[in-house]
Amino acid sequence: MTAENPRLVVDPVTRIEGHLRVEATLEGSTIAEAYSSGTMVRGIEIILRGRDPRDAWAFAQRICGVCTLVHGIASIRSVEDALGIGLPNNAQIIRNLMIAAQYVHDHVMHFYHLHALDWVDVVSALKADPAATSTLAQSISPYARSSPGHFADVQRRVKALVDSGQLGIFANAYWGHPAYKLPSEANLMAVAHYLDALEWQRQVAQLHTIFGGKNPHPMFLVGGVPCPIDLNSDSALNAKRLGQVGDIIRQMRSFVDEVYVPDTLAIAGFYKDWGGQGEGLGNFMTCGEFPAGQAGELDQLMIPRGVILNRNLAEIQEVDFKDPDQVQEFVAHSYYDYSGGKAQGLHPWAGETALNYSGPKPPYEQLDVEQSYSWLKSPRWRGHAMEVGPLARVLMLYAKGHAQTRELVGMTLKKLDVPVTALYSTLGRVAARTLETKIIADAMQGMYDNLLASIKAGDTRTFNETRWEPSTWPARARGIGYMEAPRGALTHFIVIEHGKITNYQAVVPSTWNAGPRDSKGQPGAYEAALVGHKLADPKQPIEILRTIHSFDPCIACAVHVVDPDQGELVQVKVA
Amino acid sequence: MDLTQRTVGAALFAKGVSRRGFMKFCATTASLMALPPTLIPTIAEALEKARRPSVIWLPFQECTGCTESLTRSNTPTLESLVFDAISLDYHETLQAAAGHAAEEARETAMQANWGNYLLAVDGSIPLGNPGYSTIGGVSNVDLLKKVAAGAKAIVAIGTCASFGGLPQARPNPTGAVGVSELIKDKPVINISGCPPIPSAITGVLAQYLVFGQLPEMDALGRPKAFYGQTIHDRCYRRPFYERGQFAETFDDEGAKRGWCLFKLGCKGPVTYNACATVKWNLGTGFPIEAGHGCIGCSEPRFWDAGGFYEPLSTTRWGSWQTVGAAAAAGAAIGAAAALAARARRSGAATETKP
Repeated sequence: MTAENPRLVVDPVTRIEGHLRVEATLEGSTIAEAYSSGTMVRGIEIILRGRDPRDAWAFAQRICGVCTLVHGIASIRSVEDALGIGLPNNAQIIRNLMIAAQYVHDHVMHFYHLHALDWVDVVSALKADPAATSTLAQSISPYARSSPGHFADVQRRVKALVDSGQLGIFANAYWGHPAYKLPSEANLMAVAHYLDALEWQRQVAQLHTIFGGKNPHPMFLVGGVPCPIDLNSDSALNAKRLGQVGDIIRQMRSFVDEVYVPDTLAIAGFYKDWGGQGEGLGNFMTCGEFPAGQAGELDQLMIPRGVILNRNLAEIQEVDFKDPDQVQEFVAHSYYDYSGGKAQGLHPWAGETALNYSGPKPPYEQLDVEQSYSWLKSPRWRGHAMEVGPLARVLMLYAKGHAQTRELVGMTLKKLDVPVTALYSTLGRVAARTLETKIIADAMQGMYDNLLASIKAGDTRTFNETRWEPSTWPARARGIGYMEAPRGALTHFIVIEHGKITNYQAVVPSTWNAGPRDSKGQPGAYEAALVGHKLADPKQPIEILRTIHSFDPCIACAVHVVDPDQGELVQVKVA
Repeated sequence: MDLTQRTVGAALFAKGVSRRGFMKFCATTASLMALPPTLIPTIAEALEKARRPSVIWLPFQECTGCTESLTRSNTPTLESLVFDAISLDYHETLQAAAGHAAEEARETAMQANWGNYLLAVDGSIPLGNPGYSTIGGVSNVDLLKKVAAGAKAIVAIGTCASFGGLPQARPNPTGAVGVSELIKDKPVINISGCPPIPSAITGVLAQYLVFGQLPEMDALGRPKAFYGQTIHDRCYRRPFYERGQFAETFDDEGAKRGWCLFKLGCKGPVTYNACATVKWNLGTGFPIEAGHGCIGCSEPRFWDAGGFYEPLSTTRWGSWQTVGAAAAAGAAIGAAAALAARARRSGAATETKP
């Protein structure tokens, strides 16, 4: 960067979770280099030290309220792994249902409320003919809310907002940008579904309320789930509450099948050129999810664990999170120090880090990208940068021969008339998110049926109390809790000594994806994915937003501070 | 209020005319119409009548759970707030514009509504180093002070913005504080909770916007409509507390029958919130109803007040209750039980000290 040619800056990146800054070097109007920076830190892993492991899930869960649940589950699994606590079957199913519900809720909201405005021109919807919109909607789906009158109502509502001159969340955006390709009717349909999705998500969140008391941030429990089962009680999981769960699953599946999937395919059809850019790395990692048995039985996971290198689906690599040579975190360009020097990579159990903000003193115009520039670390697997998330999972399921995945991917490629290489792109990532939502929503029915069958057979256990008391724990224990979160592979590493947490580290999906360059200068997934994007107008960086949003950033998750090992005090240095 | 008619005021502000410029316009109008200058404020008011109040939402050290909770509300819904009741002029999770365009939208709204906009904040603010949290290269402290200067009132949403929340928990690595520790010259309403109940957020906003006055608040700045009673005083399991029927473990007969969760760590007696009445997610339930004790998430420093599964009588909660909280209320039996519990606590050890 030079003073005469500063890098393009997008800060804040909006319609994400958390605080992300992107800087890009342009050659003409094409991105030559991109830099991804997480701009906020809290230090939750430091805060977890000294706590009761049974409380940890509540602290960890507040790492993120968009991907609520995920850190709670990973935390609880880490404790159960460390202490050797087995889960009653019903508790495992209930957790799987809550995890699946989170996926479906989160992905649908991401598509409509976070990503859609990159592809959908809200102001253009005002020019649509409601009758033609109805024809379009009914041609792609049996969804009931599709009458001309309904679309006219939506259009009137949006028109009133625009005419008032106070556009609120739609103000000062990029309406009319040539990159918007949808006809007005498609825009109006999408806006109507944006509103429908807001209403739908309120209702389906109730699954978490029934099992966990509230959403966001439902309640969990080491060794089980807190909600007891008793068909003959008015105050436990009974037929009424279980029936409501069944209704919610139906409501989830019908919205996914009738609105989310058809909209994705319809909109993707106008943006096929986005199947040719935005891949980034070609390396993908999953940690796996939806254990049928105990969480440690990795061969029983619905979504398998593994690594794909260089798009090679024929040779899936095995992943062992305990192996110190596999997962390592680098801080070469992160605001942290290692006592062994900033070029080192450390396995999370050997973590030893200090907060050190060495960036420019705010207010600042540009980062110093030759030095540290992010509160995110750079996780690497055997030295490779990895992409995690829906595309990684869909590819993994496909590679392992999952029938429904193969069918859905084949259908999508055929319908869009694009080659299989289109998967490795921004568009591919968006489509993967939609397809896995359907796969997971459909799987909820089976989980639910299993729960009912278990209860019918007389098993109502929801909690294993045998290792609840700290007096039953070993003096020292280490554990890893994995969780395949909506944004990707998540792992929590815990060390417990004499009943208290002495070390806690989280390697989070958006850290894998949004992290800065490592000590070899290898960019992270976002940084690699943006290279080559041509911007029609650098002042309106829609192209950057489209690809960044395809990863579904969650930056509160991504930023973390690794605790020093062996009781070292954290040093806080002020630059 | 006919929103299909663009108001003159709205048209001018949308074109970037400042508040001062608008008042000048009104003065010119008055003189053109040969009206006395004393009528200028009335003209301004009339021209502005159709404007929806501006809300600017700043996210600091937040997890975005409070925004998610906002979207879960149905009384009123987020959609009806955004389309009918307010103009949500800056919200990073929802707004279409990014980067400089987003910042410009914020600036324009601030200028057009100077002195009248509502500032909503979620997340705590770090004081340890300005680089711990920035937006657009600007530290949270600087941005908060800048935007607060033109706000009519500030709504601190969630326990982090109200009291410091999770980032402030021991050892507070970034020096996190709540809004009211930094802003002393504007009214601050604390809607605490981790996150707050969806309809508590929208309900408090609606109360302020519709009735035009600050809600009555407790000693911690929380609206009494939602924080005036403890969970314990409204809990449907209270009769079991009174009768001494407690769940001893999470899966036992007492748990299944919905007995009191006091022994499993419930902090309901010392937590002010509306979970037991308003409940969560369209009135579906709340933690106690799902079998888990209250963790006290709307109270200051609840993260450091003792284990979530340690019964109240063995924790430090008793001391928190007297610090600035609303006066003890509730049944004599409940109060006596709490006092007895505190007396029993004298021998119990907890090592969690700030």
